[in-house]
Amino acid sequence: MTRAFNWLIPHPLLTLILTLVWMLLQNELSAGMVVFGVILGVIIPWGTSIWWPDTPKGFRLGKMISYSFVVIWDIIVANIQVAWIVLTVPTSKLKPAWIVVPLELREPEAITMLAGTITLTPGTVSADLSDQGHSLLVHVLHTDDPDGVLDDIKTRYEARLLEIFS
Amino acid sequence: MTPQIISTYLAGLSLIIGSGFVVVGVIGLLKFNDPMTRLHAPTKVGTVGIGMLLAASIVHSYGIGEPSTHELLIMAFLFVTAPISANFIAKVNIHRRACETPPAPPEDDTWSTLNVPEGNIEADKAT
Repeated sequence: MTRAFNWLIPHPLLTLILTLVWMLLQNELSAGMVVFGVILGVIIPWGTSIWWPDTPKGFRLGKMISYSFVVIWDIIVANIQVAWIVLTVPTSKLKPAWIVVPLELREPEAITMLAGTITLTPGTVSADLSDQGHSLLVHVLHTDDPDGVLDDIKTRYEARLLEIFS
Repeated sequence: MTPQIISTYLAGLSLIIGSGFVVVGVIGLLKFNDPMTRLHAPTKVGTVGIGMLLAASIVHSYGIGEPSTHELLIMAFLFVTAPISANFIAKVNIHRRACETPPAPPEDDTWSTLNVPEGNIEADKAT
């Protein structure tokens, strides 16, 4: 039974997300559309499963949802901070800096999420990954304390992602 | 105060806040002079700016009684794609040496963008 389920729905979360995306695209809620969404949600992951060779070993959905709320809140705060910097700090007084983040995360999916989060949050853009994937290069717009920013990234985001993908 | 009036005011407020953020993003893009710092303003301010404009659209659609939520999809795709385009622009900046050279990584040899095979360096400089 479990094997049949795994064969039919190799990625349950992807199925759920595809169904949801289909329903949002339709922009109306009707039973027929839900059924069609579920059919699409089953067929697409099944048909593309050969291009998904490695799934991350662990994935905790509950922690992921609380992580999303932290990130959405940080995005709003980040936007106000960056808008303030843009409007008040003159170009000559700006202190940009490179930060190197040593990574404890190893799964490509987790590193991608960390890089995306860093780009969307306070004054930082993730720029590059080292050739073996052990550190992440981050550019900071304006900071007096690069180590503080590094600590923030490590404790606020990477620690949470380590819990999600464990 | 009928729901229609409230929703109109809310939509108007969201439009003002959203366009304010977009304007700040444009100012940031024009004001700074280094390619890497210029990248910051549009990537971040754009997300909330456009997010608020889409929120106005949702509020307005509920106000006139034709609920519409697929703006949420635009927001979701924007949040997923904005970091990727920012990352690519940053990589191009590093590759073209348009910014300060980043410090070397502690564990590995070099950054993947700077990791050009020996024979290609001359051809790389020529372009």
